[in-house]
Amino acid sequence: METQATFKIWRTHPGGDGTFQTFKTTVTEGMVVLDVVHKIQAEQAPDLAVRWNCKAGKCGSCSAEINGNPRLMCMTRMNELDTWEQITVEPMRTFPPIKDLVTDVSWNFRVKKGIKKFKPRPADQPDGTWRVAQRDVDRVQEFRKCIECFLCQDVCHVLREHNKHDEFIGPRFLVYAANLEMNPIDSDDRIPDLKEQHGIGYCNITKCCTKVCPEHIHITDNAIIPLKERVVSRYYDPVTRILRMFK
Amino acid sequence: MAHQTHSYDVLIIGAGGAGLRAAIEAANAGVTVGLICKSLLGKAHTVMAEGGMAAAMAHNDDRDSWRVHFADTMRGGQYVNNWRMAELHAKEAPDRVRELEGWGAVFDRTKDGRINQRNFGGHRYPRLAHVGDRTGLELIRTLQDHTVYLGVDVHMEHTVIDLVLDNGRAAGVLAYDRANGQFKVFSAKAIILATGGLGRAYRVTSNSWEGTGDGHALAYRAGAELIDMEFIQFHPTGMVWPPSVKGILVTEGVRGEGGVLKNKEGRRFMFDDIPDNYKPQTAADEEEGWRYTQNDKSARRPPELLTRDHVARCINREVKAGRGSPHGGVFLDIAWIKEKLPNAAEHIQRKLPSMYHQFMQLADLDITTTPMEVGPTTHYVMGGIRVDGDTQMSTIPGLFAAGECASGINGANRLGGNSLSDLIVFGKRAGEYAAVWARENGAPRVDEGALAAIERTALDPFTRGEHGENPYKLQQDLQDTMQDLVGIVRLEGEMQTALGRLQEYKARLTRVGVTGGREYHSGWHTALDLRNLLAVSEAITLSAIERKESRGGHFREDYPEKLDQFATFNVMTKQGSGGAVQVSHVPIPPMPPELKQVIEEQKS
Ligand SMILES: Cc1cc2nc3c(=O)[nH]c(=O)nc-3n(C[C@H](O)[C@H](O)[C@H](O)COP(=O)(O)OP(=O)(O)OC[C@H]3O[C@@H](n4cnc5c(N)ncnc54)[C@H](O)[C@@H]3O)c2cc1C
Ligand code: SF4
Ligand code: SF4
Ligand code: FES
Repeated sequence: METQATFKIWRTHPGGDGTFQTFKTTVTEGMVVLDVVHKIQAEQAPDLAVRWNCKAGKCGSCSAEINGNPRLMCMTRMNELDTWEQITVEPMRTFPPIKDLVTDVSWNFRVKKGIKKFKPRPADQPDGTWRVAQRDVDRVQEFRKCIECFLCQDVCHVLREHNKHDEFIGPRFLVYAANLEMNPIDSDDRIPDLKEQHGIGYCNITKCCTKVCPEHIHITDNAIIPLKERVVSRYYDPVTRILRMFK
Repeated sequence: MAHQTHSYDVLIIGAGGAGLRAAIEAANAGVTVGLICKSLLGKAHTVMAEGGMAAAMAHNDDRDSWRVHFADTMRGGQYVNNWRMAELHAKEAPDRVRELEGWGAVFDRTKDGRINQRNFGGHRYPRLAHVGDRTGLELIRTLQDHTVYLGVDVHMEHTVIDLVLDNGRAAGVLAYDRANGQFKVFSAKAIILATGGLGRAYRVTSNSWEGTGDGHALAYRAGAELIDMEFIQFHPTGMVWPPSVKGILVTEGVRGEGGVLKNKEGRRFMFDDIPDNYKPQTAADEEEGWRYTQNDKSARRPPELLTRDHVARCINREVKAGRGSPHGGVFLDIAWIKEKLPNAAEHIQRKLPSMYHQFMQLADLDITTTPMEVGPTTHYVMGGIRVDGDTQMSTIPGLFAAGECASGINGANRLGGNSLSDLIVFGKRAGEYAAVWARENGAPRVDEGALAAIERTALDPFTRGEHGENPYKLQQDLQDTMQDLVGIVRLEGEMQTALGRLQEYKARLTRVGVTGGREYHSGWHTALDLRNLLAVSEAITLSAIERKESRGGHFREDYPEKLDQFATFNVMTKQGSGGAVQVSHVPIPPMPPELKQVIEEQKS
């Protein structure tokens, strides 16, 4: 079974701006958008730039905007799309372009370094390990499913529209911070940084990030809101504030 | 030509589990460390690993110990392993896994709060530390997040094209920066190759585009020795439908959780063919097999959990005999456990979340209600760079190798879960000894002339432009040849045909052309990969011709038996003078009596 499809793929020009280029190709059963992009690359545009690795939704490399929706190309099946007459594929718009569908996501790697690293408390067993119940790590394991696709960063309006890259770490790194803060073995405190440097206050809980997360992490409900609550109770709760004054 | 140049004490090529673990160790030893990888940090192949990492911590069964793990690894490898590496691996893996927890890894827990361990093929006791079915993600993220705070310089999306030697000693590399296509020189006192596997030499593979055998080929071209290249692991369970996902892995964890293999007649064909040396450890019937997967210590494992080479061949046989599934595989059924467990659907989703989503999203199939269709996929290469078991140094001074691109620990067949533990055990050792080497040796000289020659070859495809051959087409032809002629079942005549074709492809490679700018150019990149793919394909084919017997991942229809006279050596390939491949035998040193005894005591 073969069917025609028309793709409009974003191509950058040497200056840095770009335009859509139209490709017609045939699609067979079960194909995902990344397969079609690869087919076009092999047959019509060998220099087309696209990032990918696993083709199984595990590495978070192939993020793009498909018909305007931030998605993983390898997990978007052709038969999920309403029409094949005109499918647009463009890079994540929140990050500077490198070429075609590939963007410069290095900002994310720099941001991570600015978050205080994991710091274990002393081991509680003679062999240097810790006893931890499964229920105490269920939440952290949810956060650790993150494949760093940065689609949540792509949609967050604080970054996308307001360009607060210097003041706000974005949903991905709030999830990362939450994973550290809620890890029963970690002993550091990132609440002051979250408030002062990581800009958690910029998030106004629109939940756009949660909607696009391919790992279905409850970014807002399970990571951001609990962190916000910790910030509030530390800095704005009158009882804790008074207690802190006497410390 | 003027180049941007970086120099380090230790340069690591590859940021999978092995490369990152080496980086941590070297950085902790106080030397300067540079790390180069083809993709972004955290995207290396290791991220895809599912089932777990093997370490005899004995959390789920206190009968386990390094001795059992060692014996299992040797038996799985059919005794042509580097026994020293198998020994070190079995002894050191537990500490390497535990230390990950101190770096932030969050494993699944046992009831008493320790790291939980699961059953896997060829492992006598539950031994795989895991996180659901995304253990590789946990490993790579933990190592990555630990590394970035250690002052290691990471050069992402840089591809190493060739190594440069100084008087026979590793001196540096020429790489190119993918984003702008520019060359860069890296010089170092010690270099560690941690470049992973070569599944992309085959059409059906679980490997990503990165798996083009670069480290193998870089070392080979520099004059290092490769061994065991005939031993390729075809994982028994890859997806077979729809066509675009063919080859994507279905974790062995499915069988570990009770999934069974059936042919179209509904028969559990794995019970029909159990090798003698595994009979004492294999379940007598379906009931006993099921109890094993539910951690009943008195039960023996179901035949679905025999070693991968064996299971893959059984599947191949069912399909060839016309007893396969509609799309040329067999059925893998986990849904049946609803007969045994009350909340089976939830249980499956919790234990195998990414498998559940993978089939739901890519194949419209609910594994909690419907059997999957699966078939063999090229998964892992046991062969690779020959290294010293203790230090991981190759036969080139100052050049180290660790992880999948190194050879020795697995022998003729790797047990599932032994790779992730291999990465951390030998990644650490490589980092440690490379740092020592860097301390003890001065800076080598990187020869400009050699660099210029590498550059010219690399840019050749642009000079031929659009009149040249399409690199993608050549890659496909190569993959078809390896798949069809040097695959899971091998024959002398077919492999000779393959050799002939590989020579043609080499000629075609000199005609490959690409156009356009050098920035993020996939066609050009593929042209560069081809050189490596061809080198490793030739080494695989020649080694496979040389081993006239069947053992582990190497099965010859014309020599179907395992033969004693082939148990005493590893097949070695090396670049001879004049560029032709030299094939020879490296004798396996005699095993010390203590280790022999361990194997004997574990035989029953
Ligand atoms: C789907 C899947 C599931 C698996 N599941 C398991 C499992 O459950 N348990 C287990 O033990 N094993 C498993 N394996 C095997 C295991 O994942 C791999 O063998 C292992 O991750 C390899 O790690 P590595 O560090 O050697 O290399 P990789 O993780 O492959 O990393 C290679 C690195 O080298 C870099 N590189 C390569 N060439 C160059 C070059 N020319 N220049 C610069 N950089 C380069 C790459 O960019 C990458 O960073 C699985 C494999 C697959 C494919
Ligand atoms: S919920 Fe917060 S972090 Fe998420 S998209 Fe909205 S503003 Fe951004
Ligand atoms: S939180 Fe989800 S959307 Fe954001 S980077 Fe991680 S996986 Fe992607
Ligand atoms: S290629 Fe890995 S997530 Fe799409």
